[in-house]
Parts: sequence; C-alpha cells; structure tokens
Amino acid sequence: MSVKIYVPRDSAALSVGAEGVARAIAREASLRGVDITLVRNGSRGMFWLEPLVEVETSLARIAYGPVSREAVPGLFDAGFFEGKNHALSLGPTEEIPYLKRQERLTFARCGIVDPLSLSDYIAHGGYRGLQRALTLTPEDIVAEVTNSGLRGRGGAGFPTGVKWQTVLGAQSEQKYICCNADEGDSGTYADRMIMEGDPFVLIEGMTIAAIAVGATQGYIYCRSEYPQAFRTMQRAIAIAYESGYLGANVAGSGQRFDLEVRLGAGAYICGEETSMLESLEGKRGQIRPKPPLPALEGLFRKPTVVNNLITLATVPIILDQGAEYYRDFGMGKSRGTLTIQLAGNIKYGGLVEKAFGITLRDAIYAFGGGTATGRPLRAVQVGGPLGAYFPDSFLDTPLDYEAFAARKGMLGHGGIVVFDDTVDLAKQARFAMEFCAIESCGKCTPCRVGSTRGVEVIDRIIANRNRTQNLRLLDDLCELMTDGSLCALGGLIPLPVQSAIRHFPEDFDKPAPTSPELLLRTETLPHGTHPRN
Amino acid sequence: MSEMQAWDADRAQARIRELEHLPGALLPILHALQEEFGYISSDAAPLIASALNLSHAEVHGVISFYHDFRHAAPGKHVLRICRAESCQSMGCDALIQHVEQRLGVKLGETTPDRSLTIEQVFCLGNCALSPAVMLDGEPYGRVSPGVADFLIDSSTRPQ
Repeated sequence: MSVKIYVPRDSAALSVGAEGVARAIAREASLRGVDITLVRNGSRGMFWLEPLVEVETSLARIAYGPVSREAVPGLFDAGFFEGKNHALSLGPTEEIPYLKRQERLTFARCGIVDPLSLSDYIAHGGYRGLQRALTLTPEDIVAEVTNSGLRGRGGAGFPTGVKWQTVLGAQSEQKYICCNADEGDSGTYADRMIMEGDPFVLIEGMTIAAIAVGATQGYIYCRSEYPQAFRTMQRAIAIAYESGYLGANVAGSGQRFDLEVRLGAGAYICGEETSMLESLEGKRGQIRPKPPLPALEGLFRKPTVVNNLITLATVPIILDQGAEYYRDFGMGKSRGTLTIQLAGNIKYGGLVEKAFGITLRDAIYAFGGGTATGRPLRAVQVGGPLGAYFPDSFLDTPLDYEAFAARKGMLGHGGIVVFDDTVDLAKQARFAMEFCAIESCGKCTPCRVGSTRGVEVIDRIIANRNRTQNLRLLDDLCELMTDGSLCALGGLIPLPVQSAIRHFPEDFDKPAPTSPELLLRTETLPHGTHPRN
Repeated sequence: MSEMQAWDADRAQARIRELEHLPGALLPILHALQEEFGYISSDAAPLIASALNLSHAEVHGVISFYHDFRHAAPGKHVLRICRAESCQSMGCDALIQHVEQRLGVKLGETTPDRSLTIEQVFCLGNCALSPAVMLDGEPYGRVSPGVADFLIDSSTRPQ
C-alpha cells in the first residue's frame, strides 16, 4: 500500500530546503522500491522544525524535522516511511506541545490537507459553512457573523458584522467583496500561510460574504512579494470554478460569484483599504478620505466589503459551528482566536492560534522559547511597523485589542517581533520614520513631509545636536502626524517612535557616534525617491 | 531567472491586448510587461495609455508610484534582501553590508557585469526564519553571510 508522505510547499519551508527534501524523498523511494504518495501540504507553522516531513501511519501522522536533503537516505534506512524511530523523529505531529496547546479554528486544516485537493478540503469539514449559509437569509448570515464577535483581523479590529450589514443595506446593482491580502507588516505571515496551505477556506469565506451581502464579484489583492501564494491561489480558484463552487451557479444555489486574485506591486500603503481599492482600479495607491465609507462607495464606487484575509478565512467555521461556538473563545471585546505570529529574534518562531487573552510573556516564552540568540530580551514590537515598542516590563499585557490600546500599543495583525539586548531603539525609531517616508502615498502633508522631517530630527538627536530641543520638536511632530494624517500610516508611525523614546530613553541619551557606522545606512532620501529609481 | 526578451513593441501590444478588457487592467498589464521584458520601457506608456484611454501622465504616474516597476533592465539575476524589523532583529543590516562590500554595489544597483541586481524589500513574510532574502522569486531563510555568498556565487558564476 502506498504511504502518504507530506513535505510542505509553504514559502518558509521552501526557504530552508523543502523542495530538495521532497525531490530526495521521491528519488530514494523509487531507488528502494518503496511505494509512496508525496503530498505537498502547507506548513503547520512550527518554522524552526522546517522542513517538517510527516508520514501517515495507521495510528497517526508522525513528524520528522528539521529534515535536510542529506538526511533522507538515513531516514529510509531507519524505516521512517513506516513511522519508525530516527534521531529526527518528533513523534505524532498532533502531540507536539507547541501544536497541542493551540486552539486552531481558522488554521484547522492548514498543514494537514493537500492545499489543492478540493476533496481533501471537503473531507476535513470544508464547505459546511457555505452549505449552512445557503439555508439562511442574508440577514441571518450577517447576524451570525455579528453575534460571533468577529472583528477585523487586519489591525483595526472593526466589527465584521457591522461592515457587512452596511453593504447588505446599500442599494446597488453591483457589489464587491475584496480580500486584503497585502500583508506588508513585518512579523506577519498568517495570510501567506492560508493562501499556500488552505486556499479553499478563503474562497469559501468570500463566497459566504458575497451571498450575505448580495455581491457577485470578488478580488483578492495579494502582495507581489508572495509569488508562491499567488500561484496557489490562482490554481485553487481554477479548481473551484471547475467544481462549480465559483461561477454562475455556486454550489447549485443559482447564485453567481466570480473571483479573481490580483497582484500588488510593492507598495506598503496598499494594505490600507482605500489605497488597495485605488490600486485594484489600476491607479496610484493613494488613499481616499473617508467618508464615503468603502462599504457604500468602494471598488469602482460601488458598495464593497473590504476584509482582511484572516477575517474572511474565519467566516466558514463561524457559519459551520455557529456564532456561540466562536464567541466562547477570547476575552472582553476580543472574541474568538488570534493568529499570533512569533517572529524576529525568537527561538521557536511560528504561528500560534490561541483564544485572545494569553499574555505576551506566554506567547514569547511558553511558545517561543525566548530569543534565538539566547541573549536577554530587550524590546518587542507588536502589530507591525506601526506598532509600539514594548519593554520587558510590559510582557504581562494580555493579547487583547483594548489591553494593548490602554498601554498605547496596537495588537494589529498579531505579529510579534522580538529583539534582544543588542537593539538600539534610536535606530529603530529612525527606521520607522524612514519607512514612512519611503512608503507614504503622498496624499497628505503630515505623512509625506513629516516623515522626512522626522528622519532628520532623529538624526540630529542621535548626533547629539541640540538634543533636548530636538526631542521636544520630535514630540511635536509626532503629535501633528497623529492628529493630522489621513490614514493609519502617518497617523500611527508616531507609535513606534514615541514608545521607543518613552520606554528606552537611555538609547536617545548616548554620546554621538564617533564612527560613521551608525549613520552608514542613514543618508536621507529626498521624498519620493526610492533607492531603485 | 528566465532570459528576458529585448523590448519589442509588437510583443508588448499583444500582451496589452490580452489584458485590456479587465476592469482596472493597468496593474495586470504592467506586471505582464515587466515579466516579459524585465522592466517597463518608457515606450510602453503611450501604448498602454492609448489601449486604456488614459493620459500618458496617468500611466506614468502609476508606473512611478509602485516600487516593483523598474525603469531599466535589471541584471540577469535579482537578489531581494529584506530590510524590515523582523530581519533587523536578526542582523540584516550586517548581511546587507556584507553583500554590498562583496559585490561593490549598493542596494538598488547592478553589478558591472550585469549578472546580479540587489534590491531592498520590506518583508517577504518569512519572519520566523529571519533574515530572509529572495533570489529570482525563490525564498531563502536564515541567511547568514555564508549563505548569501553561496547565492551570489551561484548567480555570478560565468555560464
């Protein structure tokens, strides 16, 4: 009988040699006459173990990792294809504590199924949410999402059901569903994992959204830095069309839903919803002032649901299991689960899906095992480049939207970037302003000009030129950007800057660097010029 | 990286025709042209403008807005190095310094023999395996200076 062997095709797994491992396993099996079926799954999200190879046995899936190409003959010698022991053996995958302690709802199938097998998807509970949605009225579908307490997972945390209700109530011949898969925040990769590991769950979530609000066309805006995710998504959409889950008659319901995946072009700002809509329309990704809300005047000025990918990928389980089931996870106003992404200087980096409410400390130590370098942790940035830098005294903050806001931080998309004690927070603050200058869309002055001025002021602070006055000036500039910017880029970039100054004042009070080393990468760029241009 | 075609107006026109019917066709067209030629030739803008009934300025504005679209042909291979926070926490600044010194070119530049272009990128979504790079669309994680040397050697070796 053929043995199923799983080798991920997730980008992160590929980045440490999964393709070579897959080829080596196929070659070795054929040399030895072992009958195997190679499945290219998504990742389980335990990236320090990648490439993580799994073997299906009659009892359980047995994991081996991290597997190198060179280790493959030895694994065959040991009989790993029968689940036998080897130095790289990790035992049954589901029993690995990192996975076992999670509550995987959105990621229930990721890493388990063949991402491009619709039958595998259905066998693991796929399309049950849509089947139930098709028995409900649009109002009842929206009510289900509202009652689940689901909030936008892109960072803003806006109640999803309220957004859908607005689109449902809008009168228009054409409505759209747009998935924001422009996951540009450093420290985040959950969207990518879903597109590469369980693309049908996104297609199903978008289909449910379409049926709920009366939309017939959907777009997934995928960043161009994710070529593997883009290809997998394209293939999954083609399969869904062939099988009647997309097109003129979705799952025999008589309702139409067309879906297309589009590529971004390297602009961070296109993760802002109105910029993304402009970009989808084929324009410069400049933000639109709100109102009008995209829910009323969105893509091509028609009513549009714009949701983050994880939000949409969570909809199927809510419809399948019911609003209460989902709402029972979490704390306070943060209901359900958060897809925590452990990143940066962390020993066990990976995806941890847990009910809201675990502390930053538990995430970083109980799951992440502390820093990768083994040096003391000094700072943590949560929520991407627009999130605050927290000191270790803040590690008992629970992962909850309100708890983070109370500490002038932002939970965002759930990405956690860990830094050890070699970090220089003045340099990080400078980078925040530099990043904003490179990525500003240019629409509003506080962001466009303020970010460049911010770089210059921080340079003067680092160089110890009128430090006290310049720190005051920087504070003033941050206040202006916060209050005067049109969107979250200029409006939130003061968060990392001011938190760095507040929590790590000693880094802004050092003697001026004597060597040009610190300023090596800090030649100020005139606004709008990219080093490539 | 696949061998890029030299600029060819007829070929460009054909790619534009394949995509011009799409709603919001401009980005798909620009991606198609860059895939074909490796960059967006200044000769492309008038063709696109006329196909989509846009002004030349509108098309130029879009090309110049997005970091992805190149205005000149890149080297035979393209190495993109992540400069975002997660990779910073694992030493990407030192990695970039190493690569720049080794090649004698800066981020955004191409080696004199045109074998390799190095570019900055802000996040490749491989943040649990920082520092991360991408060579011709293929991802690499936990990239030490040694790994970077290996990637550079494999791209700059005369063939």
